[in-house]
Amino acid sequence: MVLNSIEKLIEKYDNGETTLKEEQQLKDYFSQETVPQHLEVYKSMFQYFLYTHEEQFTKDVPLKSKKTYSLYQWISVAAVAVVMLGIFTQFDVFQTQTSTQTLAGLTPQERAEYEEAKEVLALFSSKFSKGTNNLTALNMVSNNFDKGTDNIAYFGEIANTTNKILKTN
Amino acid sequence: MTQAEFLNIVMPFKDKVFRLAKRILVSQEEAEDATQEILLKLWKNKLKISEYKNVEAFSMTMTKNFCLDKLKSKHSQNLKIVHSNYQDKNVSLQKQVELNDSVDWVSKIMEELPEQQKIILQLRDIEQYDFEEIGKMLDMNQTAIRVALSRARKTLREKLTKTHSYGVK
Repeated sequence: MVLNSIEKLIEKYDNGETTLKEEQQLKDYFSQETVPQHLEVYKSMFQYFLYTHEEQFTKDVPLKSKKTYSLYQWISVAAVAVVMLGIFTQFDVFQTQTSTQTLAGLTPQERAEYEEAKEVLALFSSKFSKGTNNLTALNMVSNNFDKGTDNIAYFGEIANTTNKILKTN
Repeated sequence: MTQAEFLNIVMPFKDKVFRLAKRILVSQEEAEDATQEILLKLWKNKLKISEYKNVEAFSMTMTKNFCLDKLKSKHSQNLKIVHSNYQDKNVSLQKQVELNDSVDWVSKIMEELPEQQKIILQLRDIEQYDFEEIGKMLDMNQTAIRVALSRARKTLREKLTKTHSYGVK
């Protein structure tokens, strides 16, 4: 009998031993209009289960993929700002440097130092010019070397002619 | 992963997440917020999604933990949870009228169950997961689930029988 098997299933169900298939059978059975009096309780249970199963989530979920992008965008903006800042400050430094380098802008003490440095450098350069005189002697030597290499070129000619002779042989 | 791909993965079980959240949090609005939060969390971790073996089970576990945490913070804040308000856009009116009374009772009695039994009953009798999946979601062994399920079903039945026979409506 149907009722008999349903009652057996219900006992199993109460003990948590039914399989999903058997539970589906029970749900099907209790979705019909009339059930025996003593099983009314189960009808409301199973109908509730079926009923709540149809409930749906209807709210929208705002999925923003932009969030990660905007972070990168701001990083690039910040990078550009930093670069611009760097260029401007560099420029400023240049300008201030050039403006302080005119002689008029120097304090008397600085001017004295400047003159001193100039004298020292002049002394230095005069010593250097003496040194260059000595260098002319070296030039003479190198000239002689050049002559020597010219003579060596003759030897090269001789070698060429000997090679020609050997080839013809 | 694009939005469309993500939605393809998430769509099949978003209602289940919502119903579980509602089962634990009772109020419709709370459950909607929780579901939104869960889906956003999944979206943020979308790169890792492919690594999960079972996204659905993972999401259900996440939902359970999230809602229980929320419940805990609610209790500590001493806020009252709004009573369940059925706003069903999908169940036909006729069906709703037909079910309302006894179904309301079932949901009220289910609210009184301990959290764990509530969750197990929800996952098994409403969402029809098999014991293995429930075990994974709740990190429990299957015998323990069966025992809790049996207890929940019996309490539900007994309390329902009481309301039926005394006609306390």
